[in-house]
Amino acid sequence: MTAPVATGAAGFLARYEGLKVHLPGARKPWLNTLRADAAVHFAARGFPTRRIEQWKYTDLAPVAQSSFAEPLTMVEGAIALPVANAAHRAVFVDGRFRSDLSTLDGLAHRVGSLAQDLNAAEPFLGALAKPGSEPLVALNTMLFEDGLFIDLPEGLDGGLLELVSIAVDPGRPFAFHPRHLIRLAAGARLTLIETATGRGQCLHNPVFEIEVAEGATFTHGRMLQEEATVFHLSTIYAAIAAGGTYDNFTVAAGPRLTRNEIHAALTGPKAACHMNGAQMAADGQHVDTTTSLDHAAPDCASRQTYKTVLAGRSRGVFQGKIFVHQAAQKTDGYQMNQALLLSENAEIDSKPQLEIYADDVKCSHGATVGALDADSLFYLRSRGIPESQAKAMLVEAFLHEAVETVTDETLRTALTRALDNWWARQGAAA
Amino acid sequence: MLRIEGLTAEIDGKQILKGIDLEVPTGEVHAIMGPNGSGKSTLSYVLSGREGYEVTGGSATFDGHDILAMEPEERAAAGLFLAFQYPVELPGVGNATFLRTALNAQRKARGESELDAMQFLKLARERMKALSMSDDMLKRGVNVGFSGGEKKRNEILQMALLKPSIAILDETDSGLDIDALKIVADGVNAMRGPDFSALVITHYQRLLDYIVPDRVHVLMQGRIVKSGGPELAKELEAQGYAAVQAAA
Repeated sequence: MTAPVATGAAGFLARYEGLKVHLPGARKPWLNTLRADAAVHFAARGFPTRRIEQWKYTDLAPVAQSSFAEPLTMVEGAIALPVANAAHRAVFVDGRFRSDLSTLDGLAHRVGSLAQDLNAAEPFLGALAKPGSEPLVALNTMLFEDGLFIDLPEGLDGGLLELVSIAVDPGRPFAFHPRHLIRLAAGARLTLIETATGRGQCLHNPVFEIEVAEGATFTHGRMLQEEATVFHLSTIYAAIAAGGTYDNFTVAAGPRLTRNEIHAALTGPKAACHMNGAQMAADGQHVDTTTSLDHAAPDCASRQTYKTVLAGRSRGVFQGKIFVHQAAQKTDGYQMNQALLLSENAEIDSKPQLEIYADDVKCSHGATVGALDADSLFYLRSRGIPESQAKAMLVEAFLHEAVETVTDETLRTALTRALDNWWARQGAAA
Repeated sequence: MLRIEGLTAEIDGKQILKGIDLEVPTGEVHAIMGPNGSGKSTLSYVLSGREGYEVTGGSATFDGHDILAMEPEERAAAGLFLAFQYPVELPGVGNATFLRTALNAQRKARGESELDAMQFLKLARERMKALSMSDDMLKRGVNVGFSGGEKKRNEILQMALLKPSIAILDETDSGLDIDALKIVADGVNAMRGPDFSALVITHYQRLLDYIVPDRVHVLMQGRIVKSGGPELAKELEAQGYAAVQAAA
């Protein structure tokens, strides 16, 4: 395994050819077929380029031109973990489950390593995130080694759970592609608080498949806080059945490049989806939130509010598509994205997109872009608050507004801390 | 003492203040009256340091300090307070956090010890009670969802907490009903004393029934055209600005 690594798609395809007999589930024909299918798709399409509409504003060339290896050896021993937000947590290091670092004792339902539970996952793996859907999903399917598998039975309240992903710098470029499978049966409930940290020249390419059955509620808080050398490309596929709710709140603040791509489908009447978030970038960083919401059934509601703060020479992207099928009468859709530009060298590209085929719907969207409000700044300064402190107050206010919608207090506290940490780092750098 | 001499200022190349001469001795309350567009708000913004106003000549000093050379926050720490005609709403900034940050920033700039949350709350509640404000206003975002009267009372609360040596009240009476007007006036009158002075800018004489000024100045077309005692306000109310201008 010391042969030189090719770059881009070819490099990953070569890795797959070399590793496929060693990957988890290598002796399971169904998984081999799934991976081989993914490899065909990835070989045909490669990394997305800016010629593709959904990637017009985000350039993956730095990823495609790098040579990443898989983290071949398991990282052993103690690892500094982030502050715990919940009693139960699943810890993954370089995409691999670490039972010794996790605290999952006493849980009645299935929570743990996907790699160790592949048979149970068979009917669901690749059902929502199909290998041919997106090149990054194909890449993930081809090479995933592990991930979080949650299967909540009917009516169970799974409480609060944490997912911690840590990337440990092996001193050379490396990539990992965790595959997370989360299923809530009818009436089940769960709040998941996810933290991603890590350092080094690294590509973190997770894919989530989330199934929310009738009347179930899944609250998903994400904090993508890797260091500024990391590429974070995550893709979420969620299907929400009648009366179910999927709540996603993502803070993206840290990586060199973040793509937060969410595809949610409201498949039964009175399903709801809330996708909110705050994304921040400092000099040299790029953040991209791309959502696609499929209203496929009547009487469903969706709410999206995203905030972007850009400092230095940085770039932010928001693309949000709401697709209302003909059957989805009485759809209530709302989308808002607001960007705050702290520098003249920052750039935001904002693209809302509504496609509506039903005639009785309520759908609205809005976008604002601006610098800090001069009147607000003067008001604070006229009360004796120094300029830098006044700016910090206004940025914090802008960001805090985004988390006001989060009702779970533990989650809201964790998200607020993530926002404040980012802003504190900007203050220190300025 | 606030001393303004030959002050000229412009916005976007258009001259608004055309040579203001004015002295407000410490301990006195002066009123500036004038019709719309006479430069009243420009004067208050120039004195408090808002961007976009270019001072082209003259001077303004407060207790001998050249205030025009200072940043807005430095002017505040030196004891100057502007009560805004249109207080700004700051969604996401809690009123309590805002007030405490402002008070502590000024105390820090003056080398005084900062107040902790408990000390601040005690002080704020005391001042709010005097202004008939409910505690609820501390919990809300700064001026967010406040009625016109609540916004102006919030300005007066800030003044009561920050204890400036000189307050400029920019049309604080606009949009107030008589009850709110009395509360605002009581707040200003409570500050009056040998160490406090105020410049009350207003369009109408009504406010001056409650805050009785030591002197009244009439500002028209960027200049003080007439000065006098409190009776001048009544005269203006009776005869209108045009008559004063004709006489001046």
